[in-house]
Amino acid sequence: MSLDKDTVKNIAYLARIRVDDEKLEPLAGELSSILDWIEQLQELDTDGVPPMASVAAMKLPQRKDVVTDGNCRDAVLKNAPDPEDGFYTVPKVVE
Amino acid sequence: MTKLTDLTIRGALDGLAAKEFSAAELAEAHIQAMEAGRDLNAFITETPEIALERARESDNRRAKGDALGAMDGVPIAMKDLFCTEGVLTTAASHILDGFTPPYESTVSANLRSAGAVMLGKANLDEFAMGSANITSYYGPVKNPWKATDGKDAGKDLVPGGSSGGSAAAVSGGMAVAATGTDTGGSIRQPASFCGIVGLKPTYGRCSRWGVIAFASSLDQAGPMTKTVEDAAIMLGAMAGHDPKDSTSAPMAVPDFAAALSGDVKGLKIGIPKEYRMDGMDPEIQALWDQGVNWLKAAGCEIKDVSLPHTKYALATYYIVAPAECSANLARYDGVRYGLRIPGDSLDDMYMNTRGEGFGHEVQRRILIGTYALSSGYYDAYYIKAQKVRTLIANDFKAAFEDVDVILTPTAPTPAFALGEKQEDPVAMYLNDVFTVPTSLAGLPGISVPAGLSKSGLPLGLQLIGRAFDEETLLRAAHAVELAAAFNHKPGREG
Amino acid sequence: MTYVIKGETGDWEVVIGLEVHCQVISKAKLFSGAATDFGAEPNTQVSLVDAAMPGMLPVINEECVRQAIKTGLGLKAQINTTSVFARKNYFYADLPQGYQISQFDQPIVGEGSIILDLEGGASREVGIERLHLEQDAGKSLHDQDPKRTFIDLNRTGVALMEIVSKPDMRSPEEAGAYLRKLRSIVRYLETCDGNMDQGSMRCDVNVSVRPAGSTELRTRAETKNVNSVRFVMQAIEHEAERQVGIYENGGEVVQETRLFDAQKGVTRSMRSKEHAHDYRYFPDPDLLPLTFPQSLVDEIQSSMPELPDERKARYVGDFGLSPYDAGVLVQEKDTASYFEAVANGRDAKLAANWVINNLFGVLAGRGVDITNSPVSAEHLGELIDLISDDTISGKIAKDVFDIMLETGDAPGKIVEDKGLKQITDTGAIEAAVDAAIAAGAAQVEQYRGGNEKILGWFVGQVMKATQGKANPGQVNKLLKDKLDT
Repeated sequence: MSLDKDTVKNIAYLARIRVDDEKLEPLAGELSSILDWIEQLQELDTDGVPPMASVAAMKLPQRKDVVTDGNCRDAVLKNAPDPEDGFYTVPKVVE
Repeated sequence: MTKLTDLTIRGALDGLAAKEFSAAELAEAHIQAMEAGRDLNAFITETPEIALERARESDNRRAKGDALGAMDGVPIAMKDLFCTEGVLTTAASHILDGFTPPYESTVSANLRSAGAVMLGKANLDEFAMGSANITSYYGPVKNPWKATDGKDAGKDLVPGGSSGGSAAAVSGGMAVAATGTDTGGSIRQPASFCGIVGLKPTYGRCSRWGVIAFASSLDQAGPMTKTVEDAAIMLGAMAGHDPKDSTSAPMAVPDFAAALSGDVKGLKIGIPKEYRMDGMDPEIQALWDQGVNWLKAAGCEIKDVSLPHTKYALATYYIVAPAECSANLARYDGVRYGLRIPGDSLDDMYMNTRGEGFGHEVQRRILIGTYALSSGYYDAYYIKAQKVRTLIANDFKAAFEDVDVILTPTAPTPAFALGEKQEDPVAMYLNDVFTVPTSLAGLPGISVPAGLSKSGLPLGLQLIGRAFDEETLLRAAHAVELAAAFNHKPGREG
Repeated sequence: MTYVIKGETGDWEVVIGLEVHCQVISKAKLFSGAATDFGAEPNTQVSLVDAAMPGMLPVINEECVRQAIKTGLGLKAQINTTSVFARKNYFYADLPQGYQISQFDQPIVGEGSIILDLEGGASREVGIERLHLEQDAGKSLHDQDPKRTFIDLNRTGVALMEIVSKPDMRSPEEAGAYLRKLRSIVRYLETCDGNMDQGSMRCDVNVSVRPAGSTELRTRAETKNVNSVRFVMQAIEHEAERQVGIYENGGEVVQETRLFDAQKGVTRSMRSKEHAHDYRYFPDPDLLPLTFPQSLVDEIQSSMPELPDERKARYVGDFGLSPYDAGVLVQEKDTASYFEAVANGRDAKLAANWVINNLFGVLAGRGVDITNSPVSAEHLGELIDLISDDTISGKIAKDVFDIMLETGDAPGKIVEDKGLKQITDTGAIEAAVDAAIAAGAAQVEQYRGGNEKILGWFVGQVMKATQGKANPGQVNKLLKDKLDT
């Protein structure tokens, strides 16, 4: 499985990671070599095998409908890079 | 009297009980060792004030005759993947610059209520992604051990990873014990490289709440200690059902230390033939054979077992873990905490922050995971890997019909020199060839130091147990430990 | 009532499917213990889980699961006792985790149906494709600062039910009826308050067109977040015409997300994205598959309230109401309760007439809902009793009703105070009748000549003489008796 530069650029955008243009080519090479190595899985016949849902042999626990949390704005905003008036802020979004 | 920094958890507890030294003295000795060992870069953040305060609290409890926890007064290192209230928590990543959690992870809180004393936050591979502790934004950790012979003699060696700082701290006498986390071998492999005991419990045994996630279906916290008994004591202090983690097993915590009866007569030990890989280092093979003989001599029944899908485990892991990490690490976006690199638009800010904030290996895994989940490739990669994962788990299920514990090497090599294997990611991934299958199956595994390589470096043997049967696993590991009588110390003065 | 778009090349029909997000009524959020109340100070109803702090984990709220099952049962749908939560991955400022926990290929509720109540009492079934549980996102405020967008995470993580219809609707009216009916069902069930103004019910509209009579499904465009029934209908009308225009000019409709501009009543393309979305759904490894026993479904089923369709059937069957009237009365649970209080032990048709023809107009005029009606159900019932036992005539009743609106007094008191009691004393009526006949010799002539309509003139005279209080039945009978002999 060989990835080209455009594919890597597209994946990097999906993952919102800036990759400089000159680094796309070597990165494509690295990712391709990993994918080539992973390709060995295809030789295994897995027809009819259920995909693993979880190794935890238990049922999903459920919580009571009680308000036990929140009301901690200071804690929530404490580490924010640019909070204002109780809000987080980001560069202006134009819809 | 033994040097304070040579003490095990058991030895420390006994000494404290006998008033041979105070918890404050014990903490102070380790703080000094931590400072003296800074060249190893085992800690990202040292917390001597916290350590001394908690040590004094422990001394007060002891003086007043208050109830004591299972690790009361024992100084430990905390892998910097556990969120600690009011203490910088980094995951060894630039992207978490300045992040001080307003909360404490369940495991570190459990340890604190057991009286353990936190010395500092141990270095690790960035977001626990790595097998050599060379991907940390805060620089690589050095192994306290040096090769006495061979091509790496005298060179700085890696401690293994991702819990490399934890392993180096314990091995180097800077902490009595440490927490680690293991996703594909991150406790066991560095334990093997540094000559200590590392236990990855059954998935669900220790809460993941407050532990910075790498791959949620695999991540599991565990103890890194000097002895098997210590691992049993510390696991008891870490484990327990946590309603805040939906995958935490609603099971009582047994007295693990009580399981170390020393008696393993009749225990059935499985030797998986698929772990006998082509080109296996004869040293590793010899150590493994030695382990078999020790257990046989202790009265165990040795049986061959087959884990036929072993050879696909690494490839499976390198789909599942990156896929999960690609989503788990999406929250590091420069909005609510950590690093923000400004940008003209929201997307710009995201891309700048994540481009600069994540190191190369983390980026590589996020990209592989993103690709494996993307439209058109999901079935071929992610679903395929989860199917193979089922087969791997079934292999173990079948094997454990016949045996109680499985014995394998922990890692295919001893510690290697800093700078090696950095260019080739796949070569690096092969470090985890023996540990990854256990992780995929969610089973408990432990690495016990069992001997030295010709170059004078520690080598570990791995034992794998049934889900939630850490007691039998520890009992067998204890037998290996007794037989190996591994009492070597790293060359450097701790 | 087929909805046809007359194009230059022929007739076109529209194919509509709706995706409605209903905010689940629960105290706490879907995966955290933070409160769900509307209108709190920014970021005060946010837990560390909602803010996606490192190491935080989701734990599901059992009430949200129950509400989804209940809603599924209300939609006569398949309930899946095993379902799976998946991560839907995308970056947005108000999505702290970088993914939304949703359900993808294994939703909690499968196929079901909804009966639409259409004009003139007609009805039609629309298929439900699925209902799944998911987290709501936070809120972005764009107008607080020239350079920055402000983010409030109070709504982040509140449980939503996304209810997806099959592409079964063929007109804006049907889409409107679907939304009204869905709203009615969730409000009966008390699983969602159905409040579109506050955003607790939001609608994405999928529209495609095709030549009338064809069965193909052409490319659809999705218009996001249309927030009233009227806007949904407008969006469909505009979208259908836009698409027909494209095809007739030789173009192709592209699959895309559009926005509805409520001011202009048109849809417009969202700023064209450089990259298409790729949500990379996969099962959330922090959660196991959601499983529950069939007995839980049975228990919820056994405690289901009467739903609008069943209630309508009862009104038609037991009360003899027309399907249209019954449909109108059951749409809102409070209206139906009011009606039943009025109708209880009385002539239900008469009660329905009064509620629909008199009360509704008043409520609409005053802009209040039935729970704030100026006339209580008890008083309206009493008024109907006064009509039924001939204490007052229907005509007088309308006057009494007007006074009730003004004063809030009980109708009996008004009738008493104003002396509006109907005259049923045959002697008194007979006197008035005799007087009318005596005064109208010419009209008597006409009547006997065959003009029966002239009878109304005599009735009017008698009513005038009795200030409208004479029992109209008696007046008619006496007049006929006397004129016919």
